[in-house]
Amino acid sequence: MKMTKLAATVAATMMVSAPVLADTLHFPNLSYRTGPFAAGGIPFADGYADYLTLINERDGGIGGVPIRYTECETAYNTERGVECYQSIRGDSPLVIQPLSTGITYQLIPRTMEDGIPMHTMGYGRTSAVNGEVFNWTFNYPANYWDGASVIINYLLEENEGSLEGKKIALLYHNSAYGREPIPTLTRLSERHGYELLTIGVDSPGQEQGSQWLQIRRERPDYVVMWGWGVMNPTAIQEAANIRFPMENFIGVWWSGSQQDVLPVGAGAHGYKALAMHGTGMDYPIYDDLQKYVIEPGLYAGTGDEVGTVLYSRGMYAAMLAVEAAKVAQDIHGVANITPAMMRDGMANLVITEELMAELGLPNFGPAFSVACDNHGGSGEAMIQQWDANAQEWNLITDWIAPDREMIMEMVMDDSLAFAAENDMTPACLN
Amino acid sequence: MPDTLLFAMEATLNGLTAGVMYALVALGFVLIFKASGIFNFAQGVMALFAALTLVGFQSGQIPFSHLINAMFGTRLHHFGWNMPTLLAIPATVAVMILLAILVERFILKHLINQEPIILFMATIGLAYFLEGVGDIMWGAEVKALDVGLPKGMSDTVDELTFNWFGYGFFIDRLELWAAGIAAILVASLTIFSQYTKQGRALRAVADDHQAALSVGISLRFIWVLTWSIAGIVALVAGIMWGSKSGVQFSLSLIALKALPVLILGGFTSIPGAIVGGLIIGVGEKLFDFFMQPIVGGATENWFAYMLALVFLLFRPQGLFGEKIIERV
Repeated sequence: MKMTKLAATVAATMMVSAPVLADTLHFPNLSYRTGPFAAGGIPFADGYADYLTLINERDGGIGGVPIRYTECETAYNTERGVECYQSIRGDSPLVIQPLSTGITYQLIPRTMEDGIPMHTMGYGRTSAVNGEVFNWTFNYPANYWDGASVIINYLLEENEGSLEGKKIALLYHNSAYGREPIPTLTRLSERHGYELLTIGVDSPGQEQGSQWLQIRRERPDYVVMWGWGVMNPTAIQEAANIRFPMENFIGVWWSGSQQDVLPVGAGAHGYKALAMHGTGMDYPIYDDLQKYVIEPGLYAGTGDEVGTVLYSRGMYAAMLAVEAAKVAQDIHGVANITPAMMRDGMANLVITEELMAELGLPNFGPAFSVACDNHGGSGEAMIQQWDANAQEWNLITDWIAPDREMIMEMVMDDSLAFAAENDMTPACLN
Repeated sequence: MPDTLLFAMEATLNGLTAGVMYALVALGFVLIFKASGIFNFAQGVMALFAALTLVGFQSGQIPFSHLINAMFGTRLHHFGWNMPTLLAIPATVAVMILLAILVERFILKHLINQEPIILFMATIGLAYFLEGVGDIMWGAEVKALDVGLPKGMSDTVDELTFNWFGYGFFIDRLELWAAGIAAILVASLTIFSQYTKQGRALRAVADDHQAALSVGISLRFIWVLTWSIAGIVALVAGIMWGSKSGVQFSLSLIALKALPVLILGGFTSIPGAIVGGLIIGVGEKLFDFFMQPIVGGATENWFAYMLALVFLLFRPQGLFGEKIIERV
């Protein structure tokens, strides 16, 4: 009798704990809701989860197959991120969202070997744009080099087409992530005649006294920031302290969320940042989110991040993943797709303005199409500006295109070097 | 006067004020180490926890509201009122004293006579526990902290130095206030330890645990007292650092700035923490000023440790630490 009970308990436990492989589409998320960077990780994870919940609740899943969403906590730590990947790689993950450049670099060879697609939206290895080398990695709709180029193109517009004689300081997080824009900005400085001053900030970036004293001495015309976490509000506060004109201070999209400006208060008024997607809740999608996710209490986290910049980014990443899954289902004629099929969907993804409007996100993100020679989308971004009085980000430009010709040259150099180092022959996957 | 000299003077001045900010964190470590021989790994997290609690009280946030909402399906977030800063600070002090009592009751009491490394490990556990509790209690989002301290460039220093040198020095008013508050804190601690019964008891325990016990001083009371004072110092550090860049979980990493200060100043000396902080602050600012063109900046983190290591070579006990002589 005792043995029967024990066997039943073991069997029940196994049924509960075994991964549900059949009849679900597994979308994992390598999130970080704890640790020093949690403030940025939480809204992204909430947005990602809420959009997938919406698809389940409103549409019954994708192509009739329910979505299974899982999270693995990385604490923005590369080792933990790799451990997370190892724990889910056997559970048919359709797409990996590492949400960290460090983790991305570690997972590129692993996902190549395992045949699991990875989406690094606006972060990660920039040269993954070249799909002939990085068959399993996608970084649409924009990457760091696009971001750097968009900022320079914006400044060109602001200065009647010439940056000759101007001085631009790059304040960067002293990490692989922060150093990414340096080659682009250096090449662009040769082309446009501005002087580039690079100033590193050690992680996490709570102490930036020396850096801002240097900025005060050097008197650059513009400061461009590549920061994350506490580095952002500290830099904005320091800029306000030395009375640097905020309208001449521009951050990358990872330095342009509510978390970055709210702690600074009125001093952050006028600060600008790149936006790879729309911001605010003025999109029809939020009616559905309210009805199917928020009101029934199915929201992730505490529900108080809805509509923030990083929540919107998570939601956008989930939307792109769902649309790629739909393409994969169409290509292969099956609803229950595998990671390899998902890759095909991502490699053939086409996002049009009509589709965005149909999804309740008109003009939220740029129109773009993915191809083997371009896993990076259009690279376009807008500029947003913080209004400290209204406590909201306002988009102040339309989509600005990067200097893609130059960026593709750099992409080819870097990706082909990677292929040579790893003894690979670049080729498209069919 | 040459520009380079002026800029170096400005960097030195900023180094001094930055050093005070580091010393504020280091003070908490010194207090606990001096009284109990414990290197409190949780000191940075205590600063975070204190700052979170202060902002929570100020904004009328309901503690554990996320947990309550998840368990009971409610949507509680705020009480609907804001607590004035003058009330919120004593309320936070009360929470830090309660924390000290709980730490003594549930951790330290059970580890009497254990090796220092065991006590150190216990504080690592405490750090993780406290960080988790802080998250559940107050949430992980970034919070703005405003206790009315002025921020931004000091016009007085700017004008004064401009009149003297033809170049106005930048100095953050918040850091000037931090220097003043640190001075008051050190003076208060000195008066407390020299002129009160509890302070003398604390010094007796610091000198010799066994002897203090033999004359009837309660070790448990002293530990509660020490951790309470360290909690108050953590609150001051949390206010200063939180006012600079908001209260967020990376605030706990300010402890990393205190370690080289402690190595340099000694683990048992309050003046050592202050002097150590000033040396580190000035050293890293000047090093960055002169070496930035060569090494590209971002030197502050590693330079502080390198400077501390150099000091270790010549004075292993730190500038003001007690020299330990052991005979075999």
